[in-house]
Amino acid sequence: MDHPTFVQHAVLLSLVLFGLGTLGVFLRRNVITVLMSIELMLNGANLAFVAFSRAAGTLDGQVLVFFVMVVAAAEAAVGLAIVIALHRHKDTLDVDAFGVMKG
Amino acid sequence: MTPSPLVQELILAVVKVAVVIGALQGLFSLMTWIERRVLAFMQFRLGPNRTGPFGILQPIADGIKLFFKEELMPAAANKWAFLAAPVVAVTLSFLAVAVLPFGPPFTLPRLQFLPGWLAWLWPEWLHGREFQFQIAAIDVGLLFIFAIGALGVYSVVLAGWAANNKFSLIGGLRSSAQMFSYELALGLSFVGIIMLAGSFQIRDIVAAQAGWFWKWNCFVQLPAFLVYFAAATAEVARTPFDLPEGETELVAGFHTEYSSMRFALLQMAEYVNMITVAVLATNLFLGGWHAGIPGLPSEGLLGFVFWGGKVAFLLFVFIWLRGTLPRFRYDQLMHFGWKVLIPVAAVWILITATGVALAGW
Amino acid sequence: MDAFLFYAAAALAVLSALVVIGQRNPIYSAFALIVTLCSLSVIFGLLGSPFIAALQVIVYAGAIMVLFLFVLMLLNVKREEDAPGRGGRALAGIATALVTLLVAQAGAVLMRAEPGPAPAFDASTRRMAEILFSPHFLYVFEATSILILAALVGSVALAKKDL
Repeated sequence: MDHPTFVQHAVLLSLVLFGLGTLGVFLRRNVITVLMSIELMLNGANLAFVAFSRAAGTLDGQVLVFFVMVVAAAEAAVGLAIVIALHRHKDTLDVDAFGVMKG
Repeated sequence: MTPSPLVQELILAVVKVAVVIGALQGLFSLMTWIERRVLAFMQFRLGPNRTGPFGILQPIADGIKLFFKEELMPAAANKWAFLAAPVVAVTLSFLAVAVLPFGPPFTLPRLQFLPGWLAWLWPEWLHGREFQFQIAAIDVGLLFIFAIGALGVYSVVLAGWAANNKFSLIGGLRSSAQMFSYELALGLSFVGIIMLAGSFQIRDIVAAQAGWFWKWNCFVQLPAFLVYFAAATAEVARTPFDLPEGETELVAGFHTEYSSMRFALLQMAEYVNMITVAVLATNLFLGGWHAGIPGLPSEGLLGFVFWGGKVAFLLFVFIWLRGTLPRFRYDQLMHFGWKVLIPVAAVWILITATGVALAGW
Repeated sequence: MDAFLFYAAAALAVLSALVVIGQRNPIYSAFALIVTLCSLSVIFGLLGSPFIAALQVIVYAGAIMVLFLFVLMLLNVKREEDAPGRGGRALAGIATALVTLLVAQAGAVLMRAEPGPAPAFDASTRRMAEILFSPHFLYVFEATSILILAALVGSVALAKKDL
């Protein structure tokens, strides 16, 4: 098992996922898809944590992943509740429709 | 020419997988017949008794009928999701079986007397080898089962959504809500026995129940067993929690639009889930293959008989419940799952943890 | 064997991530995200953390994505249409992603990260529990339970029709 290469390539994969998630946050018009892209970014970060935990030989990275997952779950729940409230208010899920505070 | 250890493991794994899948499918057909006969006897009628002696060929007749039925797909249905849902359901239910032990470990006998042309069936490297019918003994076996159960919600959601039918969608969302609500109680009921056994591996949990029958987890952890049984019945959507299947509820719930072979696949997934849950209950709570009395040998064939008897009894209890209890209403179901089972399981975890920490149980 | 599994899972993760951000129908994006999460779980397992791999499936793919799918199906979201200011947005997105990658690469070069052979470590659940309940992380662990309670109350309050 070629562990150093695994760790390197895993960090590369986490960067790619994080970049794709960022792209998704900017590109998508649906609020829920934006939330899903944020989840993708969080997963990229999780992968980096696990990869570095493997490289360092300690478990602190994995414990942090545990907490990131918990926070991501809480954030997804509250974010989706906000989305439901927004939909009830404006009957659309387009990000451009919620620019009330702009300017 | 002895194959390398890796190839040996591979061959054994393939054989185990083939045997387990074949046995599960055979058991599925047998269960449909047993369920109909036992339910009928409970309801003071006869059940299928025309196809073959005692109606034993009824599953084959059902299979032939389903094979020739027309396979419908709604015009506006999402084609790929519609086709994928039964596949996902069956795949996940068979995947969960991979970490379950199906009997005690035993040493393979040394059959030296096979004639030459049969000798390749029992090669040298099999003689005296330790063997257990468990396809994958991973360290986090119970967590794996929990993960597969968590993914199992998707087959229901996919099936309900893909058919483009209001009844299907609402039925699918309702049954998936039921599934993941009771999954929490299921997971919490495991925590007590994991604490007592000190490991996530199912084999270690069975080994911790050796000895007298009052050491079985169903007595030592009685509340956990009751919570587990209720949650497992709800998880596989059996009566009294069979809201997804009741004909008077939302037509047929998430499998309204499925006909013929796809419906058969969904039914197979449900029965295999039921068998999985019964096997898990036997291994985790009823002492697995250990007879309750220390004198009786639990290895080898006798252990398998005990194990099989316990699983059969649990399957009978599932059928018994179906013939006895009325169905829960949806809000009663949700209330029971969230407000009764989860607090009971959580309080029991507290009590177990206190006991383990203070008294070293 | 492990290498094949790792690269296959990595390729699948990247492919489904592309589907997540590219697909017009949000429900397909959600299913693609589930595939990404499961392939990431495989990679976690290959990196020697079976507990985190199982947790990833149970928490992320098994609970959070179910929540997403429920909201998507109940709100009956349709396909997205093209936005007028799309080109500028795409440019901003790509620029941000590139800047992130450059910063990360610069950081790696600066810290002269030379990966030696990874030391074998015991990633069992028992070890994880020892760290989680040690004085180092115990406060954080208990604080997350308050966080989950706050999220529970908050999401119910936000999504209710009439308070």
